[in-house]
Amino acid sequence: MITEQIQTAAYLFAGILFILSLGGLSSQEGAKRGVFYGIIGMAIAILSTVLGEEVEGHVYIIIAIAIASLIGIIVARKVEMTSMPQLVAILHSFVGLAAVLVGFGSYLDPHTLELTGAEHSIHLVEVYIGVFIGAITFTGSIIAWGKLDGKIRSKPLLYPGRHTVNIILVVITIVLAVLFTQAEGTDGMLYLYIMTAIASFIGVMLVMAIGGADMPVVVSMLNSYSGWAAAAAGFMLGNDLLIITGALVGSSGAILSIIMCEAMNRSFLSVIFGGFGDAPVSGGKEIEGEVTSITHEEVAELLKDARKVVIVPGYGMAVAKAQYPVNELLQKLKKQGTSVSFGIHPVAGRLPGHMNVLLAEANVPYDVVKEMEEVNVDLPDTDVAMIIGANDIVNPGAEDDESSPIYGMPVIQVWNAKKVIVMKRSMAVGYAGVQNPLFYKENTDMLYGDAKDSVDKINSAL
Amino acid sequence: MKVGIPCELSPGEMRVAATPKTTQRLIKQGFEVVIEKDAGKHSKYADQDYEKAGASVLATAKEIYESADIILKVQAPNGEEIEMMHKGQVSLSYLWPAQNEELMQKLANKGVNAIAMDAIPRISRAQKMDVLSSMANIAGYRAVIEGANHFGRFLNGQITAAGKVDPAKVLVIGAGVAGLAAIGAAKSLGAIVRAFDTRKEVAEQIESMGAQFLTVDIEEDGATASGYSKVMSQAFIDAEMALFTEQAKEVDIIITTAQIPGRNAPKLILDYHVEAMKSGSVIVDLAASSGGNCVFTKNDEIYTTENGVTILGKLDQLPTQASQLYGNNLCHLLDDMGKAENFNINMEDDVVSRAMVTYDGKINWPPKPLPVSPQQTKTEEDTKAVKAVPTPAQKAKKAALANTITLAVIGVLLFFLGKVAPADFMGHFTVFVLAVFVGWQVIWNVSHALHTPLMAVTNAISGIIIIGGLILTTNDLSNPMTILAIIAIFVASINIVGGFLVTHRMLKMFRK
Repeated sequence: MITEQIQTAAYLFAGILFILSLGGLSSQEGAKRGVFYGIIGMAIAILSTVLGEEVEGHVYIIIAIAIASLIGIIVARKVEMTSMPQLVAILHSFVGLAAVLVGFGSYLDPHTLELTGAEHSIHLVEVYIGVFIGAITFTGSIIAWGKLDGKIRSKPLLYPGRHTVNIILVVITIVLAVLFTQAEGTDGMLYLYIMTAIASFIGVMLVMAIGGADMPVVVSMLNSYSGWAAAAAGFMLGNDLLIITGALVGSSGAILSIIMCEAMNRSFLSVIFGGFGDAPVSGGKEIEGEVTSITHEEVAELLKDARKVVIVPGYGMAVAKAQYPVNELLQKLKKQGTSVSFGIHPVAGRLPGHMNVLLAEANVPYDVVKEMEEVNVDLPDTDVAMIIGANDIVNPGAEDDESSPIYGMPVIQVWNAKKVIVMKRSMAVGYAGVQNPLFYKENTDMLYGDAKDSVDKINSAL
Repeated sequence: MKVGIPCELSPGEMRVAATPKTTQRLIKQGFEVVIEKDAGKHSKYADQDYEKAGASVLATAKEIYESADIILKVQAPNGEEIEMMHKGQVSLSYLWPAQNEELMQKLANKGVNAIAMDAIPRISRAQKMDVLSSMANIAGYRAVIEGANHFGRFLNGQITAAGKVDPAKVLVIGAGVAGLAAIGAAKSLGAIVRAFDTRKEVAEQIESMGAQFLTVDIEEDGATASGYSKVMSQAFIDAEMALFTEQAKEVDIIITTAQIPGRNAPKLILDYHVEAMKSGSVIVDLAASSGGNCVFTKNDEIYTTENGVTILGKLDQLPTQASQLYGNNLCHLLDDMGKAENFNINMEDDVVSRAMVTYDGKINWPPKPLPVSPQQTKTEEDTKAVKAVPTPAQKAKKAALANTITLAVIGVLLFFLGKVAPADFMGHFTVFVLAVFVGWQVIWNVSHALHTPLMAVTNAISGIIIIGGLILTTNDLSNPMTILAIIAIFVASINIVGGFLVTHRMLKMFRK
């Protein structure tokens, strides 16, 4: 058994390791070390807690951790990189659930009953807030998982008067909070139940109202919530490590949400309350010109003659699992001396950085994978720009059509390349529901079909 | 529907309005094609080839004009040809309606529906039928080739055993289609290329072709809504002339392409420019037919000045290539007008209504203006937007004020919190706020490519909530608190193990 002072020191050390872990992610080289720090930090945190004086029931703890670890290992091994967004979402829900359970547990804790006066009230507020955030995170993440996995349709669900309903719910929550803090002993349990139900409902509706294109924002937002839930748990248990870690995760998720929102030129509030991504939005200019298509062989010919090629992948590549043939294409082009780079838009895919992970999975070296700003500079002297399953992120309307719903969103300016090949299943609109004038441009040709088949065919023609 | 292609009558015209290949296209579109004997001779297309492509070869122009519904020509028909046409016949050719009023009157009187290929509006939809562009492309290429032919040196620089050769310097004036084509051709032959244009918007295009963009220090943009350049102010012209004088001393080949529709070409290369040039230099004047950009240019002639500067006012048309492109332009137009089956003259159509200069016995010229340059409206909006945005200084002031207010409010709130909250809480709160700041600073450095691993790792770390469960566990399994705590430990552990493992798996894949 270790003393409280040693435990605090261990917590401090774990906190530092967590900060270093996140800091390590500023580069690919440092990232692996970062994960290592994170694991060590977590091990220290758990061990020092378990060895602490107040912890009982070690047997149950070990059994629970052992079974859960096994499940965690299996899940992490089995998951495909394309379903990474779903996994992240469902894991968030676990944190939310744990926060709710810890909140209830803490309320039932006999120690709580010993507190009096302001301390008692503040503790109850902490419990209340912790459970509230935890419940929103829990149900919200489950809905996000369902949407990402295609189990729930990704169209935003909007009902009239939902803002009023939300306001009423928030008012009820506050009233319940007052009643809850004034209740004697564990008499406030009923209020806690009702509030949990309300928070769960808010979590569901919050994510149901958000369209598929905004998923990267939602996932990072839930990431942030799970952090705040942990921090709230830290307050109720008076545990600094929980507070530090929760705050780190919370601000990390918040920053990611901001980055994603900036990448779409939308305000955070409009994403949360929006219902953007609801298919065909009328609006946007009439488009002139005609769509021309091209065959796989012609694309292969173009690529043979090209000296510089930029590939812009989107969610379509993830859906078709085309990253492996794309890497093969990259190797073939490299062999013939063509310079190839990948242009990654910050919101391509359904998770921040989704495309990078998929390309890395297929062994595409990361030094040819470039960010939007870098690749936009290169595009004017690029011979062929290939767009694989992306739409809104290459929409020139975002730059020059003020009536377009996505006007102002930074996009990859593929139309500056000499030739643009768009690989797409059909002429359907993207998630933003706007027509893409790119397809009608003189230097754009469409290659219809499944991205994987198409790339395979081009590969064999090369 | 029958399409007829008569021989070109004007002496210098080597092109023909259809080649065997475009004949095939026409037939595919459902037309019947009749062509006059030897029509393709100058462009090196034999009658047999047309026959092979499916056309019928007729002996005289008269037969063509009698039988065809649509006449394809390159040059405008002369009086004799118009005589042979009949009412309702559609004719496609160059017409230069602005300069040829008399000709249009004749066509209108005859009831011919004449399309002037040179009047196709320059909108993006009509680019595929824009003969001016396709022909200008050829002219630009040809200007370099012929310029080089009359220039006694290499264009590219070389270092050989026999000595060093300096690269030739080429100046291209006017960066329209012809100018850009000339830049491309001269660049690929190895010359140092410079280009001048009054329209600032083309600077990027010039540089993208590998030439240096020359400009004068006067703020005036020559761009107009029609896509052509306008006439510039005197001050601008003076500065331009000074620039040319300076360049004339240095460069070896000048290619001029400046034309203003419906007017004589502007005189850009004056006598003193030519005098300043080195002996053996070459001027290629692509505007020769509309008066020339150089004062000494003689249309259809190659002329050498006293100081040894060769001025080309005549270029080979590259007829085989030119006919092919011209023919394609015609095919595209006919395709747009409904092919053979649904052929109709739609005067509502932006393209047809503007190019159809005589219709139903009436002259339909000049057409309504149609702005083609989308940049025009944009720049206006840009200036508006600029006005609305406050200056950086104002902005900074506002931001500073807002910052002060926010900080003050936060300070007051913290003060009240400190008043009511117990000491224990304040300690935790301090830790919390500082941790938020640390997180904020650390996360901004995370590279975009690692956002997914970041989420996975923060997700694993947020499993720290397990500690809450650990603290609440007791030895008593019948205690509901213990049950809740164990479930919390269970799900949080899945999170920790799964999160770290999957991050590790992801990062392993990233390789240089």
